[in-house]
Amino acid sequence: MENNFLLTYLIFTPLIGSLIILSVKNEKTELIKNLGLFFSIITFIVSLIIYFSFDSNNSDFQFIHKFKWIDGINVFYFVGIDGISLLLILLTTFITPLTLISSWSSIEHKVKEFTFFMLLLETGMLGVFASLDLFLFYIFWEAMLIPMYFIIGIWGGRERIYAAIKFFLYTMLGSLLMLVAIIWIAVYSVNILGGFTTDFTELLKVAPTITRDLQIWMFLAFGLSFAIKVPLFPFHTWLPDAHVQAPTAGSVILAGVLLKMGTYGLLRFNLPLFPDATILMAPYISILAVIGIIYGALVAMVQTDMKKLVAYSSVSHLGFVVLGIFAVTTESIQGAVIQMINHGLSTGALFLLVGVIYERTHTREISEYGGIAKVVPFFAFSLLFASLSSIGLPGLNGFIGEFLILLGSFKSGVLNSWWFTVFAASGVIFAAVYLLWMYQRVAFGELKNPKLEKLTDMNSREIFVLIPIFIFIVWIGIYPSTFLNLSEKAVKKVIYQVNNPINVSNILEK
Amino acid sequence: MFNNLQEFYNFIPMILIGAGILISVSVELFSKKNLVFMSWFSIILFFVVGMVSLWTIDAKSVILQNMVATGGYVNIFYALFNFTAMIVCLLSIEYLKKYDALFGEYYILLQTSVLGMMLMAAAKDLFVIFLGLELMSVSFYVLAGINRKRANAIEASLKYFLLGAFATGFIVYGIALIYGTSQSTSIDIIASKFIELSGNLLFISGVLLFLIGFSFKIAAFPFHMWVPDVYQGSPSTISAFFSTAGKTAAFSAIIVSFFALFSSGATKIITPFLSVIAVFSMFFGSIVAISQTNIKRMLAYSSISNAGYLVIGLAASNSEGIAGVIFYLTAYSLMNLGAFGIVSIIESKEEKNLDIYDYSGLSNKQPLLAGLLSLLMFSLAGIPPFAGFFGKYYIFMAAIKSDLTILAILGVLSSVISVYFYLRLVVIMYFKESENSLEISQSNTGLIALFISCLLIVVLGIFPGSFLSIINSAL
Repeated sequence: MENNFLLTYLIFTPLIGSLIILSVKNEKTELIKNLGLFFSIITFIVSLIIYFSFDSNNSDFQFIHKFKWIDGINVFYFVGIDGISLLLILLTTFITPLTLISSWSSIEHKVKEFTFFMLLLETGMLGVFASLDLFLFYIFWEAMLIPMYFIIGIWGGRERIYAAIKFFLYTMLGSLLMLVAIIWIAVYSVNILGGFTTDFTELLKVAPTITRDLQIWMFLAFGLSFAIKVPLFPFHTWLPDAHVQAPTAGSVILAGVLLKMGTYGLLRFNLPLFPDATILMAPYISILAVIGIIYGALVAMVQTDMKKLVAYSSVSHLGFVVLGIFAVTTESIQGAVIQMINHGLSTGALFLLVGVIYERTHTREISEYGGIAKVVPFFAFSLLFASLSSIGLPGLNGFIGEFLILLGSFKSGVLNSWWFTVFAASGVIFAAVYLLWMYQRVAFGELKNPKLEKLTDMNSREIFVLIPIFIFIVWIGIYPSTFLNLSEKAVKKVIYQVNNPINVSNILEK
Repeated sequence: MFNNLQEFYNFIPMILIGAGILISVSVELFSKKNLVFMSWFSIILFFVVGMVSLWTIDAKSVILQNMVATGGYVNIFYALFNFTAMIVCLLSIEYLKKYDALFGEYYILLQTSVLGMMLMAAAKDLFVIFLGLELMSVSFYVLAGINRKRANAIEASLKYFLLGAFATGFIVYGIALIYGTSQSTSIDIIASKFIELSGNLLFISGVLLFLIGFSFKIAAFPFHMWVPDVYQGSPSTISAFFSTAGKTAAFSAIIVSFFALFSSGATKIITPFLSVIAVFSMFFGSIVAISQTNIKRMLAYSSISNAGYLVIGLAASNSEGIAGVIFYLTAYSLMNLGAFGIVSIIESKEEKNLDIYDYSGLSNKQPLLAGLLSLLMFSLAGIPPFAGFFGKYYIFMAAIKSDLTILAILGVLSSVISVYFYLRLVVIMYFKESENSLEISQSNTGLIALFISCLLIVVLGIFPGSFLSIINSAL
């Protein structure tokens, strides 16, 4: 097969950018910021080229670039994408320049290091979504921790050190067990293929032949790593700390893209590699997902800190995504994929807005606010718009994702119970409660705090960052087919792989 | 002595270093003040021997009446010892001035210890192992206390000597029992009788005593007690040498004595013993390192923990395990040389600045050193894409191949614990502000040494393939 270099360009453009920035003098902050933005925009343009030449009728991996990387253990540099990964790659390349613009004035010290780590992080994230060799995937998955760790640790809030270490250790624990599982499967493949391999497309033929008991162990080892990243209840405790302490740009990337790696991993690896275990474990995982939806919403409701509220809402929203994935129907997984994008946009916007107001008032306490709609109408409108999108108002993006997930899980044969849908649906109501209540307390009522009278509204840079996000929020809400069509074939393939594991091994015998 | 000229050629690395020692001793005898010559002569000598070893890697043979092997993995070990010693010399040039130990003996002892290590790696006979071991150890005892005026260096030296002699006793006793039961000291003959003798209690006790002696040398639990004190008391550059070349040499001796057994799987008999040592070393090292505030002690406990990972590779007793051990030893040597190198650069005249909190805010004062030290810490913690990660990956792979998945799982759990203390240093350097100023004497040769180590760590981490194929073809 012809090698296509586009994905490699895409992944390594930010890395090259970060190395160039490293050679610029510390004092030239404007140049550094512009260079960072330049490289992230170039990356975005490359991803658009990929989008326009992507064939959505083809369920196979496209833009494949493959060569032998480490001879001794048969590891390939192997990247390629299908509809699911394309959507997440577009989300990543779309969010990164926006976060760089948003932190234009809020990051004042160590600008060079900040831009360097942001670009490094982008390379890591793109690598995770494009890798088709488990070894390569693991390298990107782990390497990405380093920049995120520094972003939280250097530019974070008061408890930043605690949050950074907690984030690192939690993620590391899960992913190292996944590493053992990866090696185990690769060693197992020797018996079947006659050679050690971590090539995902080869392992797809191997892994489903593992006995069900062992599949469960593998499923758990992979699943734990992804569940911590999602984060699925009860592995979510690192998330509020990391979110609250991270700088705005870090929170946006964390919520917008990093959490999606967990759900992406579940969908990409757990389902097709361990179909028997998936069907067996789906109800249990879904119970955790539903608990997460309700628990996240209830805890969000009692938060007094805006950022924490948004952080817990993430736990709730990602519960929907996990439920959608493990309902294993076309509707629910399509819904989960689109919900991943939605969450990236809506929660990203909410974090940006919290950052905007925090920069002016230096407080995130909801009780400090009240009645600011009169002083800063633009801000108030944006906050309402982002909240409504997150709640799932029909006509905006959140509705599409949640509706598809609820529909799919209702008729799911794997879950085989409509109670999941009933409880999950309550999460939608709770979301309306905590977000609108927060909005009411912040924007409406009497303007009690005299400091708020001099509040300045959003400047053109801040508005400029939000407009593209809002465009997509409306676009997905009104005409989701643009995005659903991209991933449909890939989703159907995953479902086929889960439901027909025996066929997979039949292919092997031929 | 040599049967033909080819055997002589194969023996050249050892001859070169021997000649180098004689030259150094003569120069030292006749010109007392010639330290610049001594240091650069040693650097060139180690470099040349290292290159020659790699050059003659294909010359596999057994020479000198079945006493010494040449070529193959033996030469990889040669190269490792010599390049490690070269980097240590580069670090020492400025450090010795600070440490007030401007003695020519320093470099001569480095050379003799390297000769000892090379003998251990090349041995085909238990006596050659013993000879090499003693040559190395005696040089080490002196190097630890090279500055007679420093009380803690003397203490380290004496402690090392007493416990080291004790361990040597175990090894000799083991060799005696093995000889008594197998009527031979030739490793090949013993290996061929291994299965048949494995029921013999005296023979197995001999093997275990031999292993216990070397467990002391590789700094594995429960024979690790000397490690923190010796690493702390010795000059930093010498601690770097102990923890890298010293450990590698001890592993090379274990590998050469058990190599013939690994392919037949006969070492499965000692796998339980090795597994226990591995697990306890990893966890003990990682957990105790958390409570250390002296950076050299922290690195010492990290050394114990790393001995555990390496022993997993031995316990796997397959060729992947050995390749993994050699790869990880290389990576570990580079990482520790870098880490101790930075410690030696930051250390001030009176052995100050050794507390980890002295490193607060290093990222503002010395961004380069802070960046390199973070890279080394991430690599030690086993985070990709650095060499430390790949070494661990390969060792865990070997373990899983021999159905020792549980060892791999325990290994990764211990890695998670160790991440905490490695990252704490990064936290201190990057996230904390410092109160006091840090005076650092610039050392250009030291920086060169650091750059070499860090560059190789990145290169070996991203492109491990070519080095791996060298190891695999040498086995």
